[in-house]
Amino acid sequence: MCLAIPGRVVKIFSEGGLRMGHIDYSGTISKACLEYVPDIREGQYTLVHAGFALTILDEEEARKSLETWEEMGEVIQMDEPQDSLRDSARS
Amino acid sequence: MKYLDEFRNPDLAQTILSRIRSLTTRPWVIMEICGGQTHSIIRNGIDQILPEEIELVHGPGCPVCVTPLETIDKAIAIAGRPDVIFTSFGDMLRVPGSHKDLLMVKSEGGDVRTVYSPLEALQIARENPHKEVVFFAVGFETTAPGNAMAIHRAQQEGLTNFSELVSHVLVPPAMEALLSSPHNRVQAYLAAGHVCTIMGWEEYEPIARKYQVPIIPTGFEPVDILEGIYLAVRQLETGRHEVENQYARSVRREGNRPAQELVARVYEIAPRKWRGIGEIPASGLRIRDAYAAFDAEKKFFVDDIQVQEPETCISGVILQGLKKPPQCPAFGKECTPQTPLGATMVSSEGACAAYYRYQRLAPETV
Ligand code: SF4
Repeated sequence: MCLAIPGRVVKIFSEGGLRMGHIDYSGTISKACLEYVPDIREGQYTLVHAGFALTILDEEEARKSLETWEEMGEVIQMDEPQDSLRDSARS
Repeated sequence: MKYLDEFRNPDLAQTILSRIRSLTTRPWVIMEICGGQTHSIIRNGIDQILPEEIELVHGPGCPVCVTPLETIDKAIAIAGRPDVIFTSFGDMLRVPGSHKDLLMVKSEGGDVRTVYSPLEALQIARENPHKEVVFFAVGFETTAPGNAMAIHRAQQEGLTNFSELVSHVLVPPAMEALLSSPHNRVQAYLAAGHVCTIMGWEEYEPIARKYQVPIIPTGFEPVDILEGIYLAVRQLETGRHEVENQYARSVRREGNRPAQELVARVYEIAPRKWRGIGEIPASGLRIRDAYAAFDAEKKFFVDDIQVQEPETCISGVILQGLKKPPQCPAFGKECTPQTPLGATMVSSEGACAAYYRYQRLAPETV
């Protein structure tokens, strides 16, 4: 129920008295209400839930957390070259 | 950055998993609050690749699952009226009421329509001025801002044929209710990332302190969930109990203020019954008196419907993390997604449906 999908704001417009946007979800475009993200600009990513954009996704934060684990992965590989755990990953 | 595939990367998942393994020295019970996380955990087999010491229990974070039977019966009573167009998110249509569900009302001739957003329901109201359009406003803090906006716009536009049947629930009071139960087993929480996107995490800090549990606002992809577990285990192993944000790309400490403000203007905090769990004080939202004209319970005089829940379904115990679905005698027998006895089997985010769909049929010990 609380599913929210990331997408990129491609166009901002006004409709029915509300600030709305066209959101691109990897090729599929649909409409969402942008009233709760007053600062969002075209080109930025948001999370959409039930037709409402909830947040401006923070690219720097996303990168930081991914990079931390990428670096950690390299360290682990150097320590344990035959990482037997690899086979059990299912994600 | 597409914000999806990057967080499904098996190599990163593997790295986090090996860090969790090297950290874990003792058994720990961690609850993921949100049904969306439960679904992701079971689909990706995350619970099966964790070290044996770590047990994930599934929380009450599926609004479909916790909507009380009497609210479903109220929806059915309203949806059956010839003057009403009843609109709802699709997942509510198959939730069994005492005698039938909303889909049956539709097959009997009721005008029941699935909408994706409350703004669609509002549009239907504009286009059908001679009908009463009712929206089934169910959900957690994530969904409340959209539903509040629909009422706010209806008032601004002077629409008199739009109303909401509200059964909104709030997460932190339920987390506290579980922690203060004498049967509690939960030692750390993965908090629901999208609820926190709206509400921030300030309200979790007193809970973390009082009950000494780590609380980790967590996202929904495998890398998010594993990182949430990693942060929880790291705190548990070192005796810390803080709110630590895993989902920083979406969740900020103060949450989404404009959304909080409109929710507080349209709704007020009220006691709310949770299906299978019972009434929890201050755990829900209802429409404020100033917006009473948009309250379907008042408009259609259904606010006195009261019903008892059936005995067979143990979903309440499952939603409290005390049992797992295969321990229910009806699981996979009388109760399947085609013939659900309880809402946890109806909603794709319900623990029973997730276990059934991904073939976790063998009973596990808890
Ligand atoms: S399997 Fe069905 S009857 Fe049993 S707890 Fe789950 S929903 Fe209820």
